[in-house]
Amino acid sequence: MAPVQRLMPTEIGEELIELTRDICAKELAPRVDEAERRARDNGEFPREVFDILGRAGLLSLPQPEEYGGAGQPYEVYLQVIEEIASVWMSAAVGTSVHSLTAYPILTFGTPQQRTALLPDILDGTRIGAYALSEQGAGSDIGSMTTRATRDTESASESDSESDTGSTSEREGDGGAGGEGYRITGRKAWISHAGHADYYTTFARTADSGGRGLSCFIVPGDAKGLSFGQPERTMGLHADIVREVMYDQVEVSADRRIGAEGQGMAIALAALDAGRLGISAAATGLAQAALNVASAYARERQQFGRAIGEFQGLAFLLADMQAAVSSARATYLYAARLKDAGRPFGAEAAAAKLIATDAAMRVTTDAVQVLGGAGYTSDFPLERYMREAKVTQIFEGTNQIQRLVISRHLLGG
Amino acid sequence: MNIVVCVKYVPDAQSERAFREQDKTVDRDAVDGLLSEVDEYAVEEALKIVEASEGEVTVLTVGPAQAADAIKKALQMGADKGVHVCDDAIHGSDAAATSLVLAEAIKKATDGSPELVLMGMTSTDGVMGVVPAMVAERLGMPQVTFASELTIEGGSLRARRDGDAASDTIEASLPALVSVTDQINEPRYPSFKGIMAAKKKPVEQWTLADLGVDAGAVGIDAAWTKVIDVAKRPPRAQGTIVKDEGDGGTKLAEFLAAGKFL
Repeated sequence: MAPVQRLMPTEIGEELIELTRDICAKELAPRVDEAERRARDNGEFPREVFDILGRAGLLSLPQPEEYGGAGQPYEVYLQVIEEIASVWMSAAVGTSVHSLTAYPILTFGTPQQRTALLPDILDGTRIGAYALSEQGAGSDIGSMTTRATRDTESASESDSESDTGSTSEREGDGGAGGEGYRITGRKAWISHAGHADYYTTFARTADSGGRGLSCFIVPGDAKGLSFGQPERTMGLHADIVREVMYDQVEVSADRRIGAEGQGMAIALAALDAGRLGISAAATGLAQAALNVASAYARERQQFGRAIGEFQGLAFLLADMQAAVSSARATYLYAARLKDAGRPFGAEAAAAKLIATDAAMRVTTDAVQVLGGAGYTSDFPLERYMREAKVTQIFEGTNQIQRLVISRHLLGG
Repeated sequence: MNIVVCVKYVPDAQSERAFREQDKTVDRDAVDGLLSEVDEYAVEEALKIVEASEGEVTVLTVGPAQAADAIKKALQMGADKGVHVCDDAIHGSDAAATSLVLAEAIKKATDGSPELVLMGMTSTDGVMGVVPAMVAERLGMPQVTFASELTIEGGSLRARRDGDAASDTIEASLPALVSVTDQINEPRYPSFKGIMAAKKKPVEQWTLADLGVDAGAVGIDAAWTKVIDVAKRPPRAQGTIVKDEGDGGTKLAEFLAAGKFL
């Protein structure tokens, strides 16, 4: 199967795609089956994926070079994500989620916070989890109950251990002064939970609904942090998902990102960008399914000819190709808007909706092309189909995407 | 220590390879090429040696214009500079002529005094495996071929050479030429930083004239061998079916013995 034709905006972009394909073929592809099985059966987290991608610089493509990123446009970054997803969906989702956890620091953090936190995150030394959802607060983020309360004593303790040292750093970060916080509550559906080195955590600092939320970076080894059993999910097993429990977890004030009450705005801005990553990953998954199905349709003989010669299947495959192409075009359009500094929220939501629905349909139809063989785990299609389902659910369900799009369209 | 690594640009084994009608040489325009995979091990070994001490790694290739891609890949991995010997007269050269060009280029790149030359044990397309020995001979250096382990200590090197029955440990004084196997290390991938850095690294372009090599001594007309004809591998024939009439085991053994598998 010839690789996807890509029009990259720069020579660097082309070279990054080449590097990604090389790493995917030689490092990721040989690992995927075993790692997915071990994750499903034993809850093992394939940390080495992040080491491999981190060493190559692929975990930090869109972030600025001054913090160790590659300063690449989303147009390039997302096509790299798509390439990774076409070989290993969990690895692509993991990369996108990792970027999501860094987004608040990069966009809303102080220069000191960025300098202190980002380099280790961007080279993959520390990987992140994004702790937003709760059992009672999924689409309705504003109803979250996890609470961060100010705590003067704990702040002075953690200050003395703070890895950033100087106390003068905190000046100008919104007037939090010397106070720290204690976080108590439960987060649900958290990717990388129990394995992440830090948790980008949203918690309530005031009782004013969506306006009372704040964002914190909680170290993975913080006292009072514990985790539930890995969820028994339908697919995407290597993306280990668990509950995260916070019991009086101390966080120093210099690990609060943005002002108190700014949490909702931060979470939504991060998700706008994160959705583009999911769109690209879903497109790669659909492409992978299409590749398997079209190769099979050329080989498999029934009634004395290749089944692809029957129009019933040829047109099904054509529709699959059209769905993949439109998913790719839609996320790239949103990416180019973002790269140009234009508003892109509605287009990102549309990309997420179109690409993940395409992934669901294309993977389902790909199983159909292979018939009984597609339904077995001798082929990867049944796995692709299970993995596609969650893309319609996470980072905002596709119903929420329609809400976002319609609000942009109609106001309100 | 300054190291010269000789690398080759070869057609991608994944693609459909063909020969040119007029002179029966590999049709380079029809297929994508890449840095010969075994040569990645030589580049990696050179990088490890200079990272552990000091020095520069120069990547040298002899090949058509596209062969610049092989140098680029090695520079992205971390080599410091490149030398590309590119001259139409080299087209169709055999191993002996290739070794002549490489040897002269190594001398020129090191002002006549190379310290260590590394090569892959063989190319992944021609698979002759004789060029390292020939280059060493031309440079008057000890040749240590098929090294699966390499240590440099002061003015000498020690290498392990794995045979079917036993491994040899070989010592040689420097300067020397070493060809490496794919057991010696795990080549690194380029990184984004490596890709960016490679763009600023110097690559020199040399012709035969720059090396003082007579064009008549190389190329297809000077080659000691000539390809008369090439043919596609015949399609796979129907296999032999052995029907077991109580003597199946014997027949199977006879079949394997006839094919020298036993």
